[in-house]
Amino acid sequence: MSVQGAAPSLVRGGAPAGRSLFGLEERRRRALRRFRQSPLSVVGLAIIVALLLIAVFGPLFVPYPEDVTGALNMTQRLKAPSAEHLFGTDQAGRDVFTRVIAGARVSLLAGFVVIVLAFTVGTLLGAVAGFFGGRLSELIMRTTDIFLTIPDLILAMAFAAALGPGLVNVMIAVSLVWWPGYCRLARANVVALRDSQFAESARSIGASQGRVLFSHILPNAFPTILVKASMDIGFAVLTTAALGFIGLGTQPPDPDWGVMIADGRKYLREAWWYSTFPGIAILLTVLAFNLLGDGLRDVMDPRARRRF
Amino acid sequence: MSLANYILRRVLLIIPTLFGVSILTFVLSRMVPGDPARLAAGAQATPEMYEQIRREFGLDDPLPVQYWNYVTGLLQGDWGRSILSRRPVLEDLSVYWPATFELVLFAILIAVAVGVPLGILAAVRADRPADQASRVVALLGVSVPAFWLAILLQIFFGLRLGWLPVSGRLGPMVDAPATMTGLYTVDSLVSGQWATLGESLRQMALPAITLSFPAMATIMRFTRATLLETLGQDFVRTARAKGATERNVVTRHALRNALIPTVTMIGLSFGWAMGGSVLVETVFDWPGIGLYATKSALSLDFMPIMGIALLYGFVFSIINILVDVTYGALDPRVSR
Repeated sequence: MSVQGAAPSLVRGGAPAGRSLFGLEERRRRALRRFRQSPLSVVGLAIIVALLLIAVFGPLFVPYPEDVTGALNMTQRLKAPSAEHLFGTDQAGRDVFTRVIAGARVSLLAGFVVIVLAFTVGTLLGAVAGFFGGRLSELIMRTTDIFLTIPDLILAMAFAAALGPGLVNVMIAVSLVWWPGYCRLARANVVALRDSQFAESARSIGASQGRVLFSHILPNAFPTILVKASMDIGFAVLTTAALGFIGLGTQPPDPDWGVMIADGRKYLREAWWYSTFPGIAILLTVLAFNLLGDGLRDVMDPRARRRF
Repeated sequence: MSLANYILRRVLLIIPTLFGVSILTFVLSRMVPGDPARLAAGAQATPEMYEQIRREFGLDDPLPVQYWNYVTGLLQGDWGRSILSRRPVLEDLSVYWPATFELVLFAILIAVAVGVPLGILAAVRADRPADQASRVVALLGVSVPAFWLAILLQIFFGLRLGWLPVSGRLGPMVDAPATMTGLYTVDSLVSGQWATLGESLRQMALPAITLSFPAMATIMRFTRATLLETLGQDFVRTARAKGATERNVVTRHALRNALIPTVTMIGLSFGWAMGGSVLVETVFDWPGIGLYATKSALSLDFMPIMGIALLYGFVFSIINILVDVTYGALDPRVSR
């Protein structure tokens, strides 16, 4: 998501995207400045960039590549952190540092996939519900009500269990649980913009319904939804890790932060490091996306209240 | 519309929602690729035993018939049978629910007791170090994986320091108090079993603290935001102009108004904590709905999961009504 994407929000409720009082260049500079003004958001962005680099290139540089999957090295079992093993080793003698690095790819991928799926489905359904209204809208919104009455995790567990354990199914399960949030937000934004002046003027020059919705209303409805999405990526990483922890997600021996924490639980007394480091990785990831989301909100929706 | 009418209408609206939840969970339970009857029968089962279990669970009937049987059963108090525990789901739920309710209740009490004062402090010292610190703590509170924090607390307070127990609801040497409410703290308090009361509080300390973190963070920041907003309003300026002390301005004038929206947040946190309790109960072996849900999901035991979804759907709806009614009672501007 680029900062340029922020531009349309500055003219919300006024002219259509890209045709505001200020030039595009000017708005881009203002947005960047506002983002940089909050140091914590910049920290968040920096952590995310680092995590992405680790996810893409990390596995190429890990100290013990054979430990990424099922290597066995019983002489090195449950060794405390040292120069050879920065984060110690696990019950099979595998390097925990190597596995935490390798786990970044799985976790971030899961986070992004979940949000892309939930975002796409939710926003489309919400936009349709908000724009056309009527019975279809009722049906869609009542369905979101039902989904939102059951706690996320319980519903995700039910979906994941029904689909069968495994990372792909967990990603599907979490997106199935999260689309209603996007649906509601998209609907509210579209309803607010449906009868705005720029939508009216587009209609008056003969734009089709679809064109009014997709080219004029949706681009202006996006910013707040994108802010939610940027924060949710972190929570998606957290939720998929939680399902892995319970035993419904990634199956051994693939490295997964949640599964590693669960495995480490069995060795709490002798190996504190085993569960600790994968947890720090999750914490950092969620924190970074939260910080980024906060900063993006300041840029895209300056009137909104800060959450933190 | 009178208040009674409003409440009645809202309560009636729960029915279609729960109906929807029952369809959702039913569809889900039939998506299961594995064969629950095969699972229940076990590997050594003869074909006759397997057939009998299929009939016992009604897995032979066509789907619409199965759904009809399910819904009519629900209404008659038959919520199906757990394959794992071999007991009726409703019986299991009534055993496990008080444990979860007690845990969530204490977690929210902690969250409010810590979150509200810290939120006030952050608002009064807005943008000063105390506020920045509270922002960092709040961010950590919502970002930390509950199941990991639980483990850290177990390692530190349970294993290293040995201060607090790390699993279960009561130690092996303590008998559960006579059941009245099912909340061990309340039951032991009422019957005057002080040792049991102390023991159940000790057992609950770590899980309740873990569960309280995200709620505390949210309540703290929310209190800060609403109090700051209120402090900027005209009536506060008037109070200051009249010469009220800053302490009086905050506690007498601003706080009362600022806390009204916080009530909503506390209600919502209760709902979220119910979801979060799944992980916390699993780590602390707390015999509540969350642990029951995990065990059932892992063994493809779907009747309990359907029951839990219905129960939580119901509790969630009730919480929403309570929040709205409380909000209306506290804020006279909200007219019905």
